[in-house]
Amino acid sequence: MKGQSVAEVDEPILVIENLSISFFTRARKIPAVMDFSVTVRPGEAVGLVGESGCGKSTVALGVMRDLGTTGRIVGGRVLFKGRDLAAMSDAELRQVRGREIAMIYQEPMASLNPAMKIGRQLMEVPMIHDGVSAAEARERAREVVADVKLPDPDRILDAYPHQLSGGQQQRIVIAMALMARPSLLILDEPTTALDVTVEAAVVDLVRGLREKYGTSMLFISHNLGLVMDVCDRLCVMYSGEAVETGAIADVFDRMRHPYTQALFRSIPLPGADKTSRPLVAIPGNFPLPHERPRGCNFGPRCGYFAEGRCDGADVPMGAVPGDDRHFTRCLRSGEIDWARPPAPPVVAPRLPPGDVVLRMEDLRKYYEVAGGMFGGGLAKVVKANETLSFEAREGETLAIVGESGCGKSTLAKVLMGLETATAGKILLYNEDIQDTPIARRNTDTVSSVQMVFQNPFDTLNPSMTVGRQILRALEVFGEGGSEEARQARMLELLDLVKLPRAFAERMPRQLSGGQKQRVGIARAFAGGARIVVADEPVSALDVSVQAAVTELLMDIQRTNRTTLLFISHDLSIVRYLSDRVMVMYLGHVVEIGTTDQVFSPPYHPYTEALLSAVPIADTRVTKQRIVLEGDIPSAMNPPPGCPFQTRCRWKGRVAGGLCEREVPPVVTLAPGHQIKCHLPADVLAGMEPVIQVAAE
Amino acid sequence: MEPLTWTGVLGPVVVPLMAALAVALGIAVVAQVVLSFVPGARGRTEYRDGTLALVRGPVDWAALAVRFLILALVAVVLLVIVAGIVLPDVADKGILGAMAARLWPVWLALVVMFAVSIRYQRRLGLYGRLFSSTVGMVGLALVMFWVFTAVFAPLIATHDPLSAVSGMKNVVPGTPLTREGYPYYLLGGDNLARDVFSRVVLGAAEVLKIAPFATLFAFMVGIVLGLPAGYFGGWLDTVLSFLANLVLAFPVILLFYLLVTPEIVETGIPRMMAAVLFLFPILFLVVLWNSRYRFEPARNRQRIGITLVVGLWLYAGIAWDRDPLGLVSMPANVLVVFVSVVFVNAPTVFRIVRGLTLDIRTRDYVQAAQTRGEGPWYVMLWEILPNARGPLIVDFCLRIGYTTILLGTLGFFGLGVSPESPDWGSTINEGRRLLSIYPHAAVVPAAALMSLVLGLNLLADGLREESLRD
Amino acid sequence: MLKFLARRLGALILTAFAMTVVVFALTNIEASLRKLAVSEVSSRATPEEVERWMERSGFTRPIPVRYAEWLGVAPAYVTESDGRLYGRCVRQGMTLADVPRYCGVLQGDFGYSKVLRDEVSAVIGRSLALTGKLMFWVMLLMVPAALIVGVLSGMREGSKLDRTLSTFSIATTATPEYVSGVVLIAVFASTAVGLRWFSGTATGAMEDATFENFFLPVLTIALYGVGYIARMTRASMTEVMTAQYIRTARLKGVSFPNIVMKHALRNALIAPFTVIMLQFPWLLNGVVIVETLFNYKGFGWTLVQAAGNNDIDLLLACSVVAVVVVLVTQLISDVGYVFLNPRIRVS
Repeated sequence: MKGQSVAEVDEPILVIENLSISFFTRARKIPAVMDFSVTVRPGEAVGLVGESGCGKSTVALGVMRDLGTTGRIVGGRVLFKGRDLAAMSDAELRQVRGREIAMIYQEPMASLNPAMKIGRQLMEVPMIHDGVSAAEARERAREVVADVKLPDPDRILDAYPHQLSGGQQQRIVIAMALMARPSLLILDEPTTALDVTVEAAVVDLVRGLREKYGTSMLFISHNLGLVMDVCDRLCVMYSGEAVETGAIADVFDRMRHPYTQALFRSIPLPGADKTSRPLVAIPGNFPLPHERPRGCNFGPRCGYFAEGRCDGADVPMGAVPGDDRHFTRCLRSGEIDWARPPAPPVVAPRLPPGDVVLRMEDLRKYYEVAGGMFGGGLAKVVKANETLSFEAREGETLAIVGESGCGKSTLAKVLMGLETATAGKILLYNEDIQDTPIARRNTDTVSSVQMVFQNPFDTLNPSMTVGRQILRALEVFGEGGSEEARQARMLELLDLVKLPRAFAERMPRQLSGGQKQRVGIARAFAGGARIVVADEPVSALDVSVQAAVTELLMDIQRTNRTTLLFISHDLSIVRYLSDRVMVMYLGHVVEIGTTDQVFSPPYHPYTEALLSAVPIADTRVTKQRIVLEGDIPSAMNPPPGCPFQTRCRWKGRVAGGLCEREVPPVVTLAPGHQIKCHLPADVLAGMEPVIQVAAE
Repeated sequence: MEPLTWTGVLGPVVVPLMAALAVALGIAVVAQVVLSFVPGARGRTEYRDGTLALVRGPVDWAALAVRFLILALVAVVLLVIVAGIVLPDVADKGILGAMAARLWPVWLALVVMFAVSIRYQRRLGLYGRLFSSTVGMVGLALVMFWVFTAVFAPLIATHDPLSAVSGMKNVVPGTPLTREGYPYYLLGGDNLARDVFSRVVLGAAEVLKIAPFATLFAFMVGIVLGLPAGYFGGWLDTVLSFLANLVLAFPVILLFYLLVTPEIVETGIPRMMAAVLFLFPILFLVVLWNSRYRFEPARNRQRIGITLVVGLWLYAGIAWDRDPLGLVSMPANVLVVFVSVVFVNAPTVFRIVRGLTLDIRTRDYVQAAQTRGEGPWYVMLWEILPNARGPLIVDFCLRIGYTTILLGTLGFFGLGVSPESPDWGSTINEGRRLLSIYPHAAVVPAAALMSLVLGLNLLADGLREESLRD
Repeated sequence: MLKFLARRLGALILTAFAMTVVVFALTNIEASLRKLAVSEVSSRATPEEVERWMERSGFTRPIPVRYAEWLGVAPAYVTESDGRLYGRCVRQGMTLADVPRYCGVLQGDFGYSKVLRDEVSAVIGRSLALTGKLMFWVMLLMVPAALIVGVLSGMREGSKLDRTLSTFSIATTATPEYVSGVVLIAVFASTAVGLRWFSGTATGAMEDATFENFFLPVLTIALYGVGYIARMTRASMTEVMTAQYIRTARLKGVSFPNIVMKHALRNALIAPFTVIMLQFPWLLNGVVIVETLFNYKGFGWTLVQAAGNNDIDLLLACSVVAVVVVLVTQLISDVGYVFLNPRIRVS
């Protein structure tokens, strides 16, 4: 699976030694990377992991020497095949860029020139570096496009970037990087902008190409699971420094830095469970570059912090005895009992679900879309939601899972009353609300159904203080009789979401992402909400903050017996916190059941693929690898018959091409477990589990 | 009496010095630009062993020269100003010095303003940050120079801007006067023998009385219409956008001719337009308060009451010239100009606001407001508008400049406030007839107008730069 | 694409219709007509005489009817009184039989200019040709200059070159035509400064344009536009230069000149193209000012004459032409934008 054993004698491709990079603004110098060292050997893939702002992308740009006008390398060396990149002239650098080192970024659409055909962009690389003719360059481009498994290379070469889907664009970006057969490939969060199933396919491709070409890689990601899938070694970064580096197996199973350990404890692995083994969030906040503490940067948030030692001098990297090139930046790595489990949590009993509070019956939502910019033809109908039926009970967490275009956001909008349903019923406490837009709902209904939004940087009005925004919600919901009462209630709400009361006077820009999300939660609960729709509330947050916000949400849910509709694409977190799961694809509910039912066979074929696609950062887990072909079809133009039939690997098992003709009926497999699939019962029964955890 | 020279006693020193500095500066700027294209001329900052070492290349030397030359020029100009204020005898001051001396309230106000602002820079938000951008500071200084000139105009002007003095027709700058009063026509006389300096100074007051307020009204109209157009979309948007495009497709001059000619004024159309356009600010404020305080009826009534009383009083005075107290009024010709300028500017503001609204309404905080059942006007005025303020403030500055240009255009075609008025456009229009023989009468107001608009443009640039810095 | 064009054309016609209605109503108000009557009859005409003349000329009938006649969708008004013919289609030496039944804009008859004593269509044709000549040179000077300045300053944001060129562009946008024209004439064409390099009027350029008599008007219009377009180009260019795909190109090893020429330029020019096209209403403004200032009898000069002398037919025709020019350029800008931007150009 991983790159085969690398000859130790080979000279490293890339050696970064004590690299320090700073950005210079008018006001001050901001150190972004400090004393960073890593070595990449031929054919090796090294992962660079850390939360946003830890400097991992800066390292990549430092290697490419593309730090803009404000960034500068202020110390250390970057040796590429023995030559110091920092000392190269512009002309020499151009020879290295693209030919020897290639880079792939997060946003595929943004990395391609919108006004240039794909072919020209690809051909440019060999034409610059090898001086080949256009015809030869095109021939090479064809080959590489075929290599990245894109159908019909000639058509693709003549296309403009916007004519391709996100997954195809990322494949083109990868193809472009491979055009000159570089010896080092730097991938900066290459799949973050993609859907889970598409991400899995791209990751699979990257792994295959690495085997084929033997290219070394520097793989930057915030996702530990992804790094485990792709890399041989990894380097964990925190606040501008590498804190731990070593082989995947060593770091994953025998971590020797408190931050690495805390990181693993805060992500929902298959073994975690919200009642018996809850996530452990890392306390505190990521330090800003100019507010870094003395000594160990992680010190103030560390459970093993020793005063007088950890806040003294800068901590150097130290080798971990017994392991191969395993280093940690922890003074106490030798003293800590790393195997000791976290303090046993206060076990909260799982609440029995109460009465049905929300019921949807055959809900449909269609949009009419004008036919493009030229207004041609008839208006198209987009079927955002097709015959949705489900119910949610008091105190229950119902997860709604799906990728982009599956209709989960439309569902939320219809429920909130921002849109009205096309057909079907929504019963909220036995009251029909499907046709009542929010303006005509009474305050009680409005305040009892509230929402927590996805993007923390967008959820609060940037020009109003935090306190004012919560107060406004209280006013609107008619809470508290007087200004003073509301003021007091607002402070209580801040307590509830574990924010200092002083934050009431702050502006949102003074808050971190996690803190903003907490304010968003406080605002949602201002009117004593009984149903809360959480639209990917933590997906934009860093891993360590995710855990804290998730726990907070569930705490409040437990005390208030709130019904939580948790919309997410991340199955790990869904498995961790939800009681029941609903899987959506192109507007259809393809599977619904309790968490255990959905996460174990028989699966809907889409659920199966989704489960396989989610990267899991646990070396004990073995996964069945199911890679879906192609991209998610557009909701504007869904396939006939079963929505999933274009990508389904089980389609052949249904006789007579039924999948292409008819939308499958809803089949009840077990009490409360329904799927929408044509597969016969014996095939379903024969399905194997996708994820298996080796016994400890 | 001898005519004044431009620089007085300092002349023999200052004139050659300034000329030399200007030429050197020109050469340095060109050299710098040309050298920046030469590879290798750029300096390098080297980092070895963690230390910094700056190696200057030719480009850097040129840049250094430019900086010092600009400073030297500024120093010479300051010298002239200071000398003008300090030297006791008008004849010694020279024209520049004498003008500097007349402008003393402006200098004082500028110094005080800059000192206070820089002292409390950190506490002043976006305005404070303006003082860390050179462009913004230069712009602000230029704008405030004219604002203070307008404010202190009666103190500064040397003569009555409307009365002619015999024998002073078309005289060159610095010509002495035989009559009582200030002994010179500092910037010469125009073709009606009026003092150009005083006319320009009082013209500033004339221009700055109209341009900022007209722009403010245009913004009110544009905001009140642009927000719902962007927020609701649909037929409302279609109709309003069509109307906006209609006005925008009219050539501005034609529109002015159609609105400002006396026959049209007689029909009362401009006054009707004023009656409609001037309602917008009141409407804006009432909706603003009501959407915000509808849960606190007492405070709501109070705010709306104050707004209505004050607003309608001003409205009656300005739009209908029927102020019951007789305090507020606007001359009919000024009203017409004001209305046409608002009318021309509002559609552009409308388009900007509409675009910003379309962008901001997709934000989560807008949805959050909607999901807690806020009314559309609350969302528009309290959730969307405050977050569109950055681009709007920048555009406001630019638009004041543009309005100033428009007012000048009106004056240029004789459609301005009044034929006698010292406003810059009219003065340029009068002066241009004898342009090839006596250019000063037209060039002075032209330079004044240009510097004000330039200042506003630079200010807008500085604001844009600083607001993007977050 | 055809549908798109048809829709835009529909909008254009609707806009033009609305505008002509407004202009017609504003130029045909009673006070203006009475003034016209006074100038036609005699300056000492009694109110009764004016009233008679108004009635004979058909100006007392409702505005919609007169508009329809002007447009050419209703039969034209003609009447005979005291052996003379009255009506908008009547020309010198016509008999009642000669007067066409319809004589509106749709028939190509824009009326008769009472001030310039000529057919309006002839006046407009002549003046448009002159303005066309002026605009041609303005474009030739302005567009390349603006694009070069904009691209050069935008390709390295914050560089010295950028600062210098940006200062230049800001200075020119702050200088309206009537200011720069005045200053240019004062410096280059006045006896006061003494540099008599150019001519202060462009009257001679109507017949025979030379560098000496035509450069100043062309430069005056171009200067104001240059700054604006250059700033737009610069903004667009700086945005493009910070785009991710430029970084991709840089890290592919493409050299800086090639990045600018091959990758940035096309993307950066899309926005300024629209701007240049939308500049036409403002350019028209400049044309009016400059033609007045330099006494060049083009379209702008004609417009001012028509407006200043209450020459109703001519003013209406000028408005129609101006509005159509503006709308057509908007149409071109929309269509051109679609062609330039592959993202919108749907197969």
